[in-house]
Amino acid sequence: MKAVIKLEEIHKIYHTGEVDVHAVRGVSLEIKPGEFVAIMGASGSGKSTLMNVLGCLDRPTRGKYLLDGISVSDLHRDELADIRNQKIGFVFQGFNLLSRTSALENVELPMFYHHGALRAGEQRERAERALASVGLAERADHHPNQLSGGQQQRVAIARALVNNPALLLADEPTGNLDSQTSIEIMGVFQKLNDQGMTVIMVTHELDIARYTRRNVIMRDGQVVTDITVADRLIAETELARLREAQQAVKLAP
Amino acid sequence: MRRILATMKIALRALRRNKLRTLLTMLGMIIGVGAVIAMVGIGNGAKTQIENQIASMGQNVVLVFSGSFNRGGVHSGWGGAGTLSIDDADAIQREVPGVTVVSPEVRNGTQIAAGNQNWSTQILGESADYFTLRQWPVVTGAGFSEQDVRSANKVAVLGQTIVDQLFPGEDPIGQIVRIKSAPFKVVGVLRAKGMSMMGSDQDDVIVIPYTAAMKRLFGMTTLRTINVQAASPKLLTSVQEQITGLLRQRHRIGVGRDDDFTVRTQQEIAETATQQSETMTYLLAAIAAVSLIVGGIGIMNIMLVSVTERTREIGIRMAVGARGNDILLQFLTEAVTLSIIGGLIGIGIGVAASKGIEAWKNWPVATPMLWILASFIVSAAVGIFFGFYPARKASRLDPIDALRYE
Repeated sequence: MKAVIKLEEIHKIYHTGEVDVHAVRGVSLEIKPGEFVAIMGASGSGKSTLMNVLGCLDRPTRGKYLLDGISVSDLHRDELADIRNQKIGFVFQGFNLLSRTSALENVELPMFYHHGALRAGEQRERAERALASVGLAERADHHPNQLSGGQQQRVAIARALVNNPALLLADEPTGNLDSQTSIEIMGVFQKLNDQGMTVIMVTHELDIARYTRRNVIMRDGQVVTDITVADRLIAETELARLREAQQAVKLAP
Repeated sequence: MRRILATMKIALRALRRNKLRTLLTMLGMIIGVGAVIAMVGIGNGAKTQIENQIASMGQNVVLVFSGSFNRGGVHSGWGGAGTLSIDDADAIQREVPGVTVVSPEVRNGTQIAAGNQNWSTQILGESADYFTLRQWPVVTGAGFSEQDVRSANKVAVLGQTIVDQLFPGEDPIGQIVRIKSAPFKVVGVLRAKGMSMMGSDQDDVIVIPYTAAMKRLFGMTTLRTINVQAASPKLLTSVQEQITGLLRQRHRIGVGRDDDFTVRTQQEIAETATQQSETMTYLLAAIAAVSLIVGGIGIMNIMLVSVTERTREIGIRMAVGARGNDILLQFLTEAVTLSIIGGLIGIGIGVAASKGIEAWKNWPVATPMLWILASFIVSAAVGIFFGFYPARKASRLDPIDALRYE
């Protein structure tokens, strides 16, 4: 099967002041459609830089990057914007929703920059469908400040999905959430992955990484470990277990 | 098209978010455009009035003033020194080809009375042709005749204001007006002319034969002005030149010496007035430009603040696929919306102010549609010009930096 992502000897060097920071030093990676990958590592390991490159927010200094068969390493700014719009869905740690804009309009945002014309009705329909798929259909008119953290992250996921991307990229998506909500969000990702969506997630939490299928561990700008997760956790089971435990606490005298 | 409308919607929402700031930013545009519209309205009204005034001087008129504008460095006003005589007027009538009528003029302010009413007014001594020359018809009764002028008869034609003051509710024809206690018989009433451009009452005047004024009232021997009418507009310049030549010769003014009189054609007077109103227009344009620049700088300033404040929003938009141009368009639309709304409010206030001044001061005000349209376009242009730099700055942000911005 053709790879969604194919990295060959990717290097990223930042020129800040007098010292050059060599953040990514020759990463080669291949991710196939339908994979659920966690990129892990301590801070400074280069995982965020790699994520920016994967997300076409940044260009690699050296190396070749094929996204869905397109070589993106040397595309122009505007072409990168179009790739982000059509091929990639982003989920951030801080949700990054537009405040004072309803959930539905937030989800519509990527379609606004879609350069193929969409009917206004169709745009709305698609946004509603995306919200429904993350279980927030009835919160469409709420503004971000009226939603809980978990709900905001769901809106962000709906926004990431609305243009039917080839790839979902999540940068520490559970970093701002409590453990139960984190598991719920991982459940959303697992559901999407089960439907065939390729998901790549950056995290430093080991237990969160256990919900994925493959873990790529980075250190000093290089991939040091690349393993398939053996004892994968299933969010639904974990949530059920958690609820039982809470119930038990309540029942205890 | 839908994209532009959607962008407009985003812009309006962004502007609504901070109403006071939006209003204050617009204030520059509002005041600038409002002032221009009001001033142009007043200036234009004044211009129309000046044009009417010049037209009311009569047709193809050449005026000969006693005294010169500049004699040896010393300026004397029109009619300053008594250098024109009745003989000069006769000579012009006789010797200058293309002259149809001539009316020698003397003028003095004095006290008049009728019955128990009295009033202070201008006495104009003129010839019988004055009324046709100035296209100032006598509406009641008749003007005085050549015979009246030759015999220096004590007859008078009254302006409307004099009738209102001395003969309220009466028919003035045949009544007696005492001018410096000399009795004059009223033979006619002039058509009302209204205010002059300087705000003086043009109907506050009595016209009598110049001979009577000179001999019987004021003991004058020289004329203030000679009103001359040329047969056609084409002859104005040649008549002017010939009068100058004739009078220089009659006054024995040597070569190289200044005239002791001034000849002005109606065209020249009209040109001077037009020039004044043109100067006024340039002045207005300069004020307008300055105020619009100030307004534009206000917009630029706020847009720069806005771009900084919304760096994160820009980052989000870029992350989900906004191109640089999309961001540019968004902020440009916001700036233009700001300036256009400001401009429209300014136009509204300007028009309202003109109407107010018209009603309050009784000045004629005419706001030309063209200026309203131009103000609108200029407002939009100011928005584009001053909004461009902040918008470009926004569009060039790096998505990663923008997303990280706190």
